[in-house]
Amino acid sequence: MSLLSVENLVVRHGLLQAVRGVSFSIERGETLALVGANGAGKTTLLRAIAGAHQPAAGRVLLDGADLTSVPSHRRVGMGIALVPEGRKLFVQMTVEENLLLGRTAGRPGEWSVDKVLDMFPNLRPRRHAKTGHLSGGEQQATAIGRALMSNPEVLLLDEVSLGLSPLIVDRVYAALQGLIASGTTIILVEQDLNRALSVSDRVICMLEGRVALEGPSKAVSRDNVTKAYFGLHRKSPGSVPA
Amino acid sequence: MSNQIIQGILLGGYYALIACGLSFMFSVMRIINLAHGSLAVFAAFALWWLASRYHIPPFVGLLIVLPLMAAIGWALQRFLLERSARGGTLLPILTTFGLAIVIDNMLFEQFGADTRSLAPYIGSLSYASWEWPGSIYVGKLAVIMFATAVILLGGLQLFLTRTRLGRSIRATSEDPDTAGLVGVDARRANAVAASIAMVTVGLAGAFLGMRATFDPYAGAPQLLFAFEAAVIGGAGSLWGTLVGGIVLALAQTLGAQVHPQGFLIGGHAVFLVVLFVRLSTSGLGLRGLLRLPSRSAS
Repeated sequence: MSLLSVENLVVRHGLLQAVRGVSFSIERGETLALVGANGAGKTTLLRAIAGAHQPAAGRVLLDGADLTSVPSHRRVGMGIALVPEGRKLFVQMTVEENLLLGRTAGRPGEWSVDKVLDMFPNLRPRRHAKTGHLSGGEQQATAIGRALMSNPEVLLLDEVSLGLSPLIVDRVYAALQGLIASGTTIILVEQDLNRALSVSDRVICMLEGRVALEGPSKAVSRDNVTKAYFGLHRKSPGSVPA
Repeated sequence: MSNQIIQGILLGGYYALIACGLSFMFSVMRIINLAHGSLAVFAAFALWWLASRYHIPPFVGLLIVLPLMAAIGWALQRFLLERSARGGTLLPILTTFGLAIVIDNMLFEQFGADTRSLAPYIGSLSYASWEWPGSIYVGKLAVIMFATAVILLGGLQLFLTRTRLGRSIRATSEDPDTAGLVGVDARRANAVAASIAMVTVGLAGAFLGMRATFDPYAGAPQLLFAFEAAVIGGAGSLWGTLVGGIVLALAQTLGAQVHPQGFLIGGHAVFLVVLFVRLSTSGLGLRGLLRLPSRSAS
């Protein structure tokens, strides 16, 4: 049984249908990259999995359990943690307080404040600083650490490189590689195709709320992904582009 | 003069107590509770009823009234304020205004228009005092009120910074949607915050009844004092509430020395000056007025 399954998910923002009947599943320990142009529905899909958006139709299953009507705070306790686009830290609170918040409804597990600070050593001297005073890279590290503190089964990462310098992005991805190597299940939304393909096992390219292309990251060519990205390639069900 | 200053500071403890709940509810739930004063008077009547009917001393009666106030806060948030907040910022204000009218008239119907006091039920505490050097008499009740305010504000500060539930409440006040995404039940956090606010209202109501008289319509002036102290101190800061209460009380006490009507006028004048300075230095709007931090995350 897949760890997480999304079945015919439809999510609307008012009259706009942002996600149109998307289905996919992810196995335990797998890393799935969601790519696509702005407005393709990636963030909405991720937020619907996390419970921030209530779908108009379809289901989200975790280990076979239907989460569709479960509120977001309870999904954290069931093993789903989101690192939201733009970090969304609590800027009036310190790094440590933000990290401890991640444990509010989380599951028991190995992650602790010290372990997060070991993973991101640049945060250690900033432990008691308010997150509103941190650099972009430090904020992103705090946001990832906050999600990890809930000991998630599935980690959802939304545009973790957004607004960061290439050097800082390298550091963030080096930390993610460690998570991937440790067997953490990850769904990664990323604009940078090269990075998305290099760290993931499988890639889904979304276009206008639908899956335009899906396949193993090593098997799909960058050219095919680029075509799907811009709508020049349509998915044929069950097929993996050469 | 030093006597007036000391009396003013001690009276500030009472204003801090009554402003604390108003400030707390606004900073967490963004709701201006216009029923705040009426709920304090309700608590005072509840204590008076227990004392007059069942001979339960007010300090013991608090063991019944404070949990009752906490339950009222929880129910208010879940069944009234949470629903009205979905209708925008104006609806909760109108709702609590209506609630204040309901409470006032309910108390009037039940207890009549007579003024009451809890002073007869606390022995000599209402008038007993210590004599300090320089012929300064410090009321024991006033010292207890001030100490209660400091302990309450310090306790709330510790609760908000050191406990999981406190952090959840702060996260909810900053960004309720993101709080949900990190596992915080924002509805529960708001309901707990409302309960805490109502417990502070209960305490303020008890001291109102002990230090003065009250009647079913005594809520409006208490709301005004609470609002003035919260605005002077800045609703985002618990200790600012104490400072605001002390500044308001000092202005009233010193105003009373200038003119018999100066008690209220002095307080209102300081409030208006602070209001004017706030509006001219921190921009228009209630957020700037109350010195609240922005809700937006990075």
